[in-house]
Order: sequence, then structure tokens, then C-alpha cells
Amino acid sequence: MGKTLSEKILARAAGMEQVSAGDIVWVNVDIAMTDDVLGPRVEIAEGMKKIRDVVWDPDKLVIISDHYVPPATPKQAEIVKYTRDWSLSHGVKHYYEYIGPCHQILAEKGFDLPGTVIFGTDSHTTTGGAFGAFSTGCGSTEMLGIMISGETWVKVPETIRVSWGGALGPAVMAKDISLKTIGAIGHAGATYKAVEYQGETIRALPMDERMAISNMAVEMGAKVGLIAADEETDRYLKEIGVTTPYIKEESDTDALYCRSLSFSGEELKPMVACPHAVDNVREAAELSKTRIHQVYIGSCTGGRYSDLEAAARILKGRKVSPDTRLLISPASQSIYIRAMKSGILADLAEAGAVVMAPTCGVCAGLHSGLIASGESCLATSNRNFLGRMGSPESYVYLGSPLTAAASALTGYITDPTEVLN
Amino acid sequence: MKKKIRGETFKFGDNINTDIISPPQYIELTVEEAAVHSMEAVDPDFTKRFRPGDVIVAGNNFGSGSSRETSPLALKYLGAGAVVAKYFARIFYRNSINIGLPLFECADTDRMEAGDEIEIDTEAGKIFNHTKKETYLCSRIPPHIMELIEEGGLVARLKRKYGTDGEKEGR
Repeated sequence: MGKTLSEKILARAAGMEQVSAGDIVWVNVDIAMTDDVLGPRVEIAEGMKKIRDVVWDPDKLVIISDHYVPPATPKQAEIVKYTRDWSLSHGVKHYYEYIGPCHQILAEKGFDLPGTVIFGTDSHTTTGGAFGAFSTGCGSTEMLGIMISGETWVKVPETIRVSWGGALGPAVMAKDISLKTIGAIGHAGATYKAVEYQGETIRALPMDERMAISNMAVEMGAKVGLIAADEETDRYLKEIGVTTPYIKEESDTDALYCRSLSFSGEELKPMVACPHAVDNVREAAELSKTRIHQVYIGSCTGGRYSDLEAAARILKGRKVSPDTRLLISPASQSIYIRAMKSGILADLAEAGAVVMAPTCGVCAGLHSGLIASGESCLATSNRNFLGRMGSPESYVYLGSPLTAAASALTGYITDPTEVLN
Repeated sequence: MKKKIRGETFKFGDNINTDIISPPQYIELTVEEAAVHSMEAVDPDFTKRFRPGDVIVAGNNFGSGSSRETSPLALKYLGAGAVVAKYFARIFYRNSINIGLPLFECADTDRMEAGDEIEIDTEAGKIFNHTKKETYLCSRIPPHIMELIEEGGLVARLKRKYGTDGEKEGR
């Protein structure tokens, strides 16, 4: 019987000949990532003091202050300061702040490498799966263990295979693939499992788009959202200057999957996740009477260059509806600079967008654009839970950057097909 | 871990996620300060009525969403005796085990009502409902996790293996 990609990566990380779904193994972690909100200040710093106050390998630990930047309150400022000071005092070589959400930074800085094991104290660490890395989220105490020992235990997951075939239409993006898949598998349908995306539709996507798919795998409960590395992965890694060798592999043709699903890219329509669950998915066209007070384009899910470019395709030379505000947060400083130089940010700002710092603030409901009772926000981010972006009496809808831009234009949820030139 | 956990139930539905358990606006506070806001989006008075030893009973997928350990930490701080749900989200489950908040999977949570007095027999994998005089099956802690708990949790295990007082052991 062949092996899945997860089984291959975890066998190597465990130093074993082979492992199978269901096995519980101790694995060596290649990259550990933590942030400001759930980093040293939660259990980790105190715990390490009690055990051994030394990071196992300062070169393998990445700390990124991204949730509370720029800080909105003195408390948030203290947390960022604490995270920075702690990183410096513990010899952490890779500390970043104010340059964007951690998952985008891990990718851009070349930490997401095919065949590696990555743990981060943020559930959307699944983003690294787009590179064929076994990349997953964990809590602070578990991170404390990794930071001291470099290892943790994993139950080798069963794999759900999700195949996408056919070309996507011009109004459809990777985000729609994510939402359609999550709608089919359900909010918890992949709990404790790996989801592996395969097929020509996925292969045709650039890394920017693949990351939006792996990022949201956790929204169906998945441990990882894998896409096997290929020439596009090589291209991206070369472009960002990665010279470290890495292992490219894929699931064997006779690998055992616990479930297989197939979807048609050609038939896919722009999708929207409605409040208050990510699997509450409908076609955007069915929601045209839903009034939207705020549109948010940003986050580790939907703030990459191609996302901003897609939004500008619709908004250039037009105006955001006077009844709606459009907030844009590029997913990193480098995306910000690129979009500024190419003129996209100017196009968006002229259309009426507020262009903000790269941050997790709005998506995680922490600062920079929370919404009031009775208000609805359509966001390109990843979660629409009750109270996620502000008032417990507000509503969050999730859609692609194209759907977000089209909705900003009309003030109602709008299928981008209707406004694309 | 205690062999028997007895307490009054607080009942919730499906998909009680981490944004509900620990609302994002309060994460910048300490766990103790933030804990009073637990569950307020679905039950504004929850923390006023919840007493140490009480047990949270819920439906499917308890703890989904964020990796924030502040969620199980808040419930532990409030003194939750245990959380019983049909099943739990992965990261929440691991976080709870790591900090010593007992979790039990039970298919019959619909049969328990708010205010019922229940007793969990952790070794037998059974829940007795004293109010309704009914018995339900629940999960037992898997052996590899029991090992971790018997060692005193993850921090105790780490202390033994890596603590400055002793030599580092192999796996």
C-alpha cells in the first residue's frame, strides 16, 4: 500500500522507515513560529523559567508580532514590547514586527519549505501546506514544549483527498475553491485529518492563490491542508531567494485516503460564507439583497498581491458605494511596497479605499476596523464566527477579493461576474 | 486526575468556538481578567452563575477556531470540572490536555439539560445523571494521553526531561 504525503513527511520527521495513519509518533520540528497575542506572554515565558530558559535552536524559531500592530491600546503596546524584549533576550534570530500577518511572513522569508514540519501558535499555520509542508497550529503550552525540546507528538492523520479539475472562470478565485470545499466537507468534517488538494485546477494556481486554500483548511477542522510541491513551488522559492535544498514529494498513486471528493473548476461560481459559520456557504448571486456596511480586503487569507490586483481590476476608475467603507490591509510590507509601486494602491485609494498597515487587526477583531451592532462586513479573511469582528450583534460574510470589490462598489453582496469588464 | 468528577451542568449547543469562549477584544487582558467575558456572546450571565466544579456540556465541535490557549485556560480558571461534548476541535483538545482541563466525548449530550447533576466516572467511561437517573457512555482518556497526565502534564514531563536540575534524557 502506498503512502500519503503526510505519512511520508511524518516518517522522516520521526526518523522512522514508515508510519501509517493512526500511529502516534514524536517528530522533530523544523520551524516553530509564535506571535505576540499567543506567544511568550501566554504560559511560555513563565513555563520556560520553571524548566529551562533556553530556546532549543534559536535559528529554527520565528517570532512575529502581527496581531497587536500597530497597537490600539497601551495594553497591546505592552504585549508587543514584551514579545520583542523576550525575543531579544532569548537570542531569537528571526524576530519580525509590523510587517504583516505571520503566515505570509513565514512564506515570504522562505521558512515554508516542502517536506518540512512546521508548528505555529496560530490555527492558520496550515497556510504552509501550500508548499507541501506539514504545517499546523498548536497552543502555547505545546509551543513551550517545542521551544525547549524541538519535538512534539503527532497522531499521523488520515487524509481526505480533494480533487479539482477544469479551468476557473474569470470571476472565480482560489478563495471560492476554499469556500466550496469547506461547504461540502463541513465545519468539522476534517477534524484530526489531513486534507490534500490535488488536480489540474490546483496545479494551475500560483502560490499566492494556493496559500488561500491551505490557509482555510483549519476551517473544516483539518490538521493540515496540503498541496504537493511542484514547478510553481520551485519558481516561488527561487524568486524569493531560497537556496536551501528541500524534498519535493507527493502522495503515492495507491495511497490510502479515508475519503475522496471531486469538484469542477469550470462550474464553480463566486461563493460567500454567511454568518456565523464558515461552512454556511452560498453562491454570491443568491445574496444580492444583503446590505454590506464594510468591506475588508486583507489578512493572511486574502491580502496578497494577486488579491489586491483582483480588487483593483474591478475598482480602478470607479467609486466605492457611499453607503459602504472599504478597508484594505496588504498582507505584508513587501506586498504593500509592490502594490504601491505598481499603482494598485493608488487605484484602490482613488476608488475610496482606506489603505492600512499590514496587520491581523481587523480579521481577528482586535483593532483597526471593528464593526458595530447591526452592521455587516464582507471580508476576504478566514473566519465569520459570532462576534469575530466586533459586536456580538454584527455579521461577517466571507468572499473572494473579486466578490469583496464588487460588493464595495454596490453596497450589497455582489457576484463579481456582474461588474467585471 | 480525579476518578469521579461531579457537578452541575451548563448547557451549550454545537460549534461553541474560541471566539465565543474567549472573545477577541479581551485577549489583551490577563487570562483572569478576560475569563469573566467567557461565553458572553451566547450567554451574557454565564460567568455570574458558573461555580467552580460545574461542568460544561455541549454539542458538536466544541472549541473550534483559533489555537488560543486562553480558551481552555479561561474555563480552567473559572473552575470547570470538565467539558463534555459530542466531539472537540483538534487544537482545543490538545491544549486542554496540556493544561489539565479534562474533556470527555459523549454522544448523549442532548439528553442532559442545564442544571442536571452529573457524575463522570473517568475510569469506567460513564456519566451518571443524578437528576434524570440515567447513565451515558463517554470516552476514556486514550492511553498515550493518560501517560502524559500521569506524568503530571506536559510541563511536568518537560521539567523531568529537560529541567536544569537533571540531565537530559533520551526519548
